[in-house]
Amino acid sequence: MKKEFVQVISQKEIAHQIFELKVRGEVVADMTSPGQFVHLRVSDSFQPLLRRPISICDVDVKSKTLTMLYRKEGAGTVLLSHKREGETVDLLGPLGNGFPLDTLSAGQTALLVGGGIGVPPLYYLAKELKRRGMNIVSVLGFQSEQDAFYNEEFAELGEVFISTVDGSLGTKGFVTDVLKNEDINYDLLYSCGPTVMLKALEAQIPDANGFFSLEERMGCGIGACFACVCHVNGGSPSDYVKICSNGPVFPIGRVAL
Amino acid sequence: MNKLTVSLPGLEMKNPIMPASGCFGFGKEYAGFYDLSVLGAAAIKAATREPRFGNPTPRVAETHSGMLNAIGLQNPGVDQIMENELPHLQSYDLPIVANIAGSTEEDYCEVARKISRHPQVSVLELNISCPNVKEGGIQFGTDAATAAALTKKVKAVSSKPVYVKLSPNVSNITEMALAVEEAGADGLSMINTLLGMRIDLKTRKPVIANKTGGLSGPAIKPVAIRMIHEVSQAVSIPIIGMGGVSSAEDVIEFMLAGASAVAIGTANFVDPYICPEIISQLPKLLEKMNVDHITELIGGSWKECGTPSLSR
Repeated sequence: MKKEFVQVISQKEIAHQIFELKVRGEVVADMTSPGQFVHLRVSDSFQPLLRRPISICDVDVKSKTLTMLYRKEGAGTVLLSHKREGETVDLLGPLGNGFPLDTLSAGQTALLVGGGIGVPPLYYLAKELKRRGMNIVSVLGFQSEQDAFYNEEFAELGEVFISTVDGSLGTKGFVTDVLKNEDINYDLLYSCGPTVMLKALEAQIPDANGFFSLEERMGCGIGACFACVCHVNGGSPSDYVKICSNGPVFPIGRVAL
Repeated sequence: MNKLTVSLPGLEMKNPIMPASGCFGFGKEYAGFYDLSVLGAAAIKAATREPRFGNPTPRVAETHSGMLNAIGLQNPGVDQIMENELPHLQSYDLPIVANIAGSTEEDYCEVARKISRHPQVSVLELNISCPNVKEGGIQFGTDAATAAALTKKVKAVSSKPVYVKLSPNVSNITEMALAVEEAGADGLSMINTLLGMRIDLKTRKPVIANKTGGLSGPAIKPVAIRMIHEVSQAVSIPIIGMGGVSSAEDVIEFMLAGASAVAIGTANFVDPYICPEIISQLPKLLEKMNVDHITELIGGSWKECGTPSLSR
């Protein structure tokens, strides 16, 4: 992990309030594990004070280019959305532990389930798994058509199913409805999205094998502040994991959701 | 000549800078960023008698130029800390400030007796000011007689000097400082966080699961400066100043207020390199201010002009 002022190459809104930010820097060479995240300082002042954890959506190690997708929501991401080509961003990373890439063998199938702003890290994962000869099936859930993004990008890597809450695109409902309706054969499940979605997945597929990437409000992002701790299943009441430094990726079932 | 050395009871420091308790874990994370030996000292996360999980999440919320936290003294307990967390600090030339907390006087004394005898521990910091636990801190920190009684008991069982960490959530902090000084405290740490709250407009509920949290960061700096300015003139024991320190200039301001050393808390979360960065900037700043040694600044805001300042 390093701190570096990376340079903004491009920034554009690709769906409703969803921005794609591409930056270039030496530190990108270290971003070889999909599922890790970066911690961005969006202001030189104390307002806002803390960094913003943003997932890694895509990496081109050769051109040292990092792609991030984020939802413009609070004061921090509003400021981030103002960054223009040529400006710099204070980036700390890569942080956390990514998805294991060697659990499957070539020819096996990975099911990727993403919800909303949990979709981006699955893209880099899909590319890396595909490169290793695995088959990719993606199930992506959004609020509505205007919130959906990267459908075509995922489609280039394998079969894609979309769900939207209002039914404006794909299956009406949630990712769990897609899994109910479609008979998808797969060997391992990888998922990232809101905790309610991960809980629903756990309930629907009790014997699921694979990995979840979790979200929690963070302070430092490096494991020092104890803001993002979660209980673990089957442990004593004082057992815990820190989402930022022990995760954000965990084997399914490890963390009490 | 090293212009930055500071000598306090139990703490021979290369410079006056230490990460504040609760903002540095047990050092392992920051050791991945820089050599911890550059620090003047380090205050580790509070130890309690038994392991504590702490409060439910969300535990933090941002505020204007600051943050609220209600971690709730999460720690693996004093025995685990001594066995698993302190040994790795051996590889650094770094005095350790062991912060201790508890729910009862017996808890504090048990933790103090044990951890003060660990070879890596230089001094204790008696946490009577954590606002985020129902029991275990603040109830000892808002009444002068209670604070003094606890200080006396902990002093009696500790084999190392004891600094008492004061809460700003009192009407008269000087009264608290004088009471613990009288009870035998070797030094003071101040200030802990200010009790605060944020409410979410959508849910109409407090943002933090614990409802209230401790406010830290640049927003509280003026409060800390005022309190250190006041207390340092009333007591004769040294003060480790803290509260929103984010730059070398802030360090100077705290020392002018009356602090003999300065702890950095929330700023570590914003920039993990902040401590070494500040340490490297201090010599140039002193030169610019025409100051030969940093200890000359201590209490410089209230000491009479021309009076040589005491190095504490």
